[in-house]
Amino acid sequence: MSTPRTRSETGLLIIGASQAGVQLAISLRGTGFGEHITLLGEENHRPYQRPALSKEFLQDKVDKENLIFRSQEYWDEHNIELVKGARIQEVRKGTDGENRQDGSGVAVASDGTEYPFRRVALAVGARARKIEIPGADLDGVVYLRSADDALALKARLGDFQDAVVIGGGFIGLEAACSLHGLGKNVTVLEYGPRLVGRAVGEETSEYFLQSHRKRGIDIQLDSRMTGFVDNGNGKVAGVQLEDGSVVKAQLVLIGIGVVPNTELAEQMGLEIDNGVVVDKHALASDGTTIVVGDVANMPNPLPGAPEGERIRLESVNNAIEHAKIAAYSLTGRQEEYAGIPWFWSNQADLKLQIAGLTLGYDSTVVRHDTEKGKFSVLYYRGEQIIAADCVNTPLDFMAVRTALGKNQNIPADLAADVSVSLKSITVDLEVTA
Amino acid sequence: MPVIHYTDHDGKTVDINAKTGDSVMETAVRNGVDGIVAECGGSLSCATCHVFVREDQLGELPEMEEMEDEMLYGTSVDREENSRLSCQIKVTEDMDLYVTTPETQT
Repeated sequence: MSTPRTRSETGLLIIGASQAGVQLAISLRGTGFGEHITLLGEENHRPYQRPALSKEFLQDKVDKENLIFRSQEYWDEHNIELVKGARIQEVRKGTDGENRQDGSGVAVASDGTEYPFRRVALAVGARARKIEIPGADLDGVVYLRSADDALALKARLGDFQDAVVIGGGFIGLEAACSLHGLGKNVTVLEYGPRLVGRAVGEETSEYFLQSHRKRGIDIQLDSRMTGFVDNGNGKVAGVQLEDGSVVKAQLVLIGIGVVPNTELAEQMGLEIDNGVVVDKHALASDGTTIVVGDVANMPNPLPGAPEGERIRLESVNNAIEHAKIAAYSLTGRQEEYAGIPWFWSNQADLKLQIAGLTLGYDSTVVRHDTEKGKFSVLYYRGEQIIAADCVNTPLDFMAVRTALGKNQNIPADLAADVSVSLKSITVDLEVTA
Repeated sequence: MPVIHYTDHDGKTVDINAKTGDSVMETAVRNGVDGIVAECGGSLSCATCHVFVREDQLGELPEMEEMEDEMLYGTSVDREENSRLSCQIKVTEDMDLYVTTPETQT
C-alpha cells in the first residue's frame, strides 16, 4: 500500500481528463493562463476520445493510439501534469478552518494522496446508467462508456453470435450497427415508443427505425424487459420479456443513458439539479468552482432562448465550447458561449448530423430525397428555425448551422422543396427597430 | 520519415514528423498544431480541420469523396480550389506535404 502523500500546490486542479477536462487545460494555455495545471484522470489510460468507442474502434477501423488526444510531449511542453488512475473521493475548500473565499482547497484521492489547489474544476462527466432488473450482474451483460468497456467488448467478439442491445438511443444504435456489421445477429429492445426519443423528433426516429430494420437489425419498441436468463453457469443466455418470451443472446449491451457524476459536487455543497448548476461562465453556486461538460447544467446558450431555460448537454461539441467559456472565466474574461451546439452519430451507412437544439420546437419541415438517400428534418419555434437533424446531407447541416450562427432564418414554406438548397433561401432576420 | 509542414494564417510554419497511416489532421492535433480543431476526431462530421494544400501537391493526393466535398461547403473560412479536410488525407511513406491552415475553423 502506498503511503499517503501531499503533492505540491497546483494553480488549477482539473478533476476529470476526458473531453471537457482536456479542452479546459488546452484552452487555458491558449488564453495565457500561466499557472501549473494538474489534469487528473480516473482511468488508467492517457486521455482519449470516446466517440469512436462504439463505432470505428469497435469495428477495428482505428486503434487505441488514434484515440489519444495529445502526445506526452505536448503536455510536458505546456506545463500540464497528467495523473492517471487517480480517483478523487473528497474535495475540501477553505482548508484548516480558514474561511477562504478564493476557491483554494485540497482534493483527496482514494489512495490518500492529497492534491492542494488554488482553483478547482470539475470535469467529472457522466457514467452509464445501470439497468436494475434480475440477472443484471450476469457475465455477458455489458456497458459501453469507457475504453476499458470497449476493450472488454472487443475481447468477447469471438464468444457470441446473438446480441441484444437494450436502449435505442445513440450509443445503443451505434453499437448495434457495429455489431451487425461484424456479422452478429442483433436485436434492439427499446422501452419507449420510438428510437432516440430524447434527442430527435418523430420523423427522424421513424427514418432510423425503417432503415435499421431494412438492414436486418430486429428492433422492438415499447419493449418490457423483466430479467436476464442465466445459462446455468452464470452467463447470460437471453433477455426475458413481460409476455414471458425470451430473446436469445450471449451478449447484452446496455445503453440506457447516463447519470451525471454529481457526488463530489454534492459533498462540496454545490447546488445540484440534473447535474451541477452553473452560471453562464461555468461557475458553480459557490462562485469559484468551475464545472464543465456533461455534468454541468447551464443556461441554454442558444441566442434567443427564453430567460431562465436550462439545459445539460452530453456532447463533444458542448464539452469543448463549455471548457472554452470556463478558460475565459478563469483568466478573468466574461465571454459568451460561442457557436451553435451540434452533434453527430454514425450508424452503418447513416451519417446523422444535428445542428442546434430542438428544445421548444412547435413545427417541422421534412426534406426527403429518396433517390439520393438524403433526409433532413428542420425544427421551428414559431417562424424561426432552431435546429435540424440531417442524415447523409452535410449541405443541409452546414446551411442550418451557419444560419443559426449568423442569426438568420430559413423560411419553412420554401424549405420543403428538396431541389432547393437551404443556403440559397437563407435570409437575414429583420432587425426590429 | 514523412513530414507535414503546417503554415498558419500569419505565415508561421511548423514541421512535424508524421507517422505513415495517420491522417494529416491527427498529426496536427496530437502535436498541438494550432489552426486545426477537429471536433469530431476524424469521422467527417464537423469540417473543422480545413486546410489549403499547396497547389502543385494537390494532384499527389487521392481525390476527395462526395461527403468531404459537401462538408467543405460549410467550412468557417470559405473553401478554395485547394481546400481539403485534413482528416481525409492519410500520411504516406515519403510524404512531404505543405498545408496552410485558415484564419479560423469555427
